Amino acid sequence: MPLVEDVKESRGGGGPAIDKATGDAYWSKTSSLMWTMLVIWLVAGFGIHFFASSLNAIKILGFPLGFYMAAQGSLIIFVVMLFWFAKRQNSIDEEFGVEEE
Amino acid sequence: MSDTPAAKAASGDFLSNLGKVYGLYTGGFAGFVLVLALLEQMGVPNQIIGYLFVFLTIGVYALIGYLSRTAQVSEYYVAGRKVPALYNGMATGSDWMSAASFIGMAGTLYLLGYDGLAFVLGWTGGYVLVAILLAPYLRKFGAYTVPDFLGARYGGNLARLCGVIVLMSASFTYVVAQIFGTGIIASRFLGISFEVAVFVGLAGILVCSMLGGMRAVTWTQVAQYIILIIAYLLPVVLLSAKVTGVPVPQLMYGQALEQIEILRTTKEALAGAPSHITPFTTYDPLNFFGLIFCLMIGTASLPHILMRYFTTPSVRDARQSVAWSLFFIFLLYFTAPAYAAFAKLEVFTNVIGSPIASLPDWVRIWSNIGLVRVTDMNGDGILQFREFVINADAIVLATPEIAGLPYVIAGLVAAGGLAAALSTADGLLLAIANALSHDIYYRMIDPNANAKRRLTMARILLVIVAIVAAWVASTRPAGILAMVAWAFSIAASGLFPALVMGVWWKRTTTAGAVAGMVAGYSVCLFYLIGTQYMGMPLWFGVRNISCGLFGIPAAFLVTYVVSLMTPAPSAAMQDFIDSIRTPRGGVRLVAGEKALD
Repeated sequence: MPLVEDVKESRGGGGPAIDKATGDAYWSKTSSLMWTMLVIWLVAGFGIHFFASSLNAIKILGFPLGFYMAAQGSLIIFVVMLFWFAKRQNSIDEEFGVEEE
Repeated sequence: MSDTPAAKAASGDFLSNLGKVYGLYTGGFAGFVLVLALLEQMGVPNQIIGYLFVFLTIGVYALIGYLSRTAQVSEYYVAGRKVPALYNGMATGSDWMSAASFIGMAGTLYLLGYDGLAFVLGWTGGYVLVAILLAPYLRKFGAYTVPDFLGARYGGNLARLCGVIVLMSASFTYVVAQIFGTGIIASRFLGISFEVAVFVGLAGILVCSMLGGMRAVTWTQVAQYIILIIAYLLPVVLLSAKVTGVPVPQLMYGQALEQIEILRTTKEALAGAPSHITPFTTYDPLNFFGLIFCLMIGTASLPHILMRYFTTPSVRDARQSVAWSLFFIFLLYFTAPAYAAFAKLEVFTNVIGSPIASLPDWVRIWSNIGLVRVTDMNGDGILQFREFVINADAIVLATPEIAGLPYVIAGLVAAGGLAAALSTADGLLLAIANALSHDIYYRMIDPNANAKRRLTMARILLVIVAIVAAWVASTRPAGILAMVAWAFSIAASGLFPALVMGVWWKRTTTAGAVAGMVAGYSVCLFYLIGTQYMGMPLWFGVRNISCGLFGIPAAFLVTYVVSLMTPAPSAAMQDFIDSIRTPRGGVRLVAGEKALD
């Protein structure tokens, strides 16, 4: 029994949903969003922690900043950036008319 | 069963009432804890309370597993692709957080201070890679298993087989550690021998996953997440209220950090205690960042995590779901350092420097079980820093007693640890059994097998894998926590480049991907086995828990070079890649490839 809906969904004999030019423009915008995210990820995941020792000189509510960034700051950045990413990618999908029906 | 109209309507009701169902469930659980607290006040012995916690929660998971039983292939493998983003996020959270996160993480932070944060960063940041590089595209492809994608993208069973081998090695190492953790908790709170406890835990795991596959595991994992997060947050919230007057440990432990540093530098008995906040005291920067790197890439390669995103209704939901997953994981991970800080403050204030004859009660309780060791080395009757050894696992488990809370909270923590271990073991066993039944049996051995036969095969294999894993766990293999870290490096070296380049670089060829998987996997295993068992010297001083630091670049490089040396993929293959990159429209499989069914 065929159980996966994706195969049935394909329209127009499985042809592309959009023309090539739109497809390329969509992908280049999606890729640049990916690279933006990757750079933020590199900075939050690695970059700022190279300076942990110096940042530790700054104290907020008792937290040395270098410690705080690794224990909470970077994590908050990761969570927020993922919700933002989902929203941003959705609007790119809609801009090019490739969102799911 | 689920094929009848009545059952379908019931399942529709369930999905549209998820908030109500799990709201009632959470309320019911809170009521259950209160009843047990009352029973304790009335003098019911601790042993009974422990039993009630363990058996009632496992009973609830089993009931959910039974109610979610299914005879449909798509329900069994991907929960019918009907799981809303938020609930899939919760399920992923408990799938992800294992006994190591729940029990071990805070203790590691206690012992290592800043350097332990490599685990906190590594085990969260990987979700960024999952969201931007893989999850939406794998969801669009509509696979049942991760090797399914490799098989379709790299046209054939060779790539699929390589994928299955890496998946098996990584997931099996990991599942053994989970069953081991289940055994430890069950034996401690039920008072039975470890070897028996392992098989009790196994029974709990199997009832959740065998009848209903992914559907049952999903709804059980949501239930397990709720218990594990309550159990993790409650003790430290109460402890923070007691110590600082404010029940928000995540904000208040800054004060604890300050006091720890003051005590460390002024209190004589604390001589030799390493700083809690100074970076790179245990790991040098190379090992610190190398470990973060391997854990992050490993997160984005572990099949039991990736396959959770096959269950969402759409690509859009898959992206949203990764964000929710990380949010639910974050709730536990940003609390773990607070546990470590408050426990350390208590130890520095009330334990070290005190007369050994009058230590707090909790120290005596936990030294009886062997997780705390006190030895008066210099014979002065006063406890020095070096004379006090605490096992990493004791921090979370002992917090209720440190805070002077009733036993019911300790039982709650045990139930939470059990939920964490069981939920991860469920997901891992399912990933292994699905790879064997779907990829090996159905795709490679008997492509004509009908749905019933495939599901029977999946269930039999699940039981066999579970029993073998329990047997390995019962032999207590050494260095089990290191084995978890190895699983990340193995998965990262073997799978990550083939998956990511398969989506993001059209020029990746079958030969390139296969060569890359073989190279990454071999380099990683060579370094691991060489340094662990053959006495091979470390390369650049990199510890073998970060062996992916060599495996991952090797895999990328080999995939790239071999792909360029072989003819570009066909136009049909490039068209297939375009179709999985675009959310709208069908997936255009390469001619000759069979559609999924």
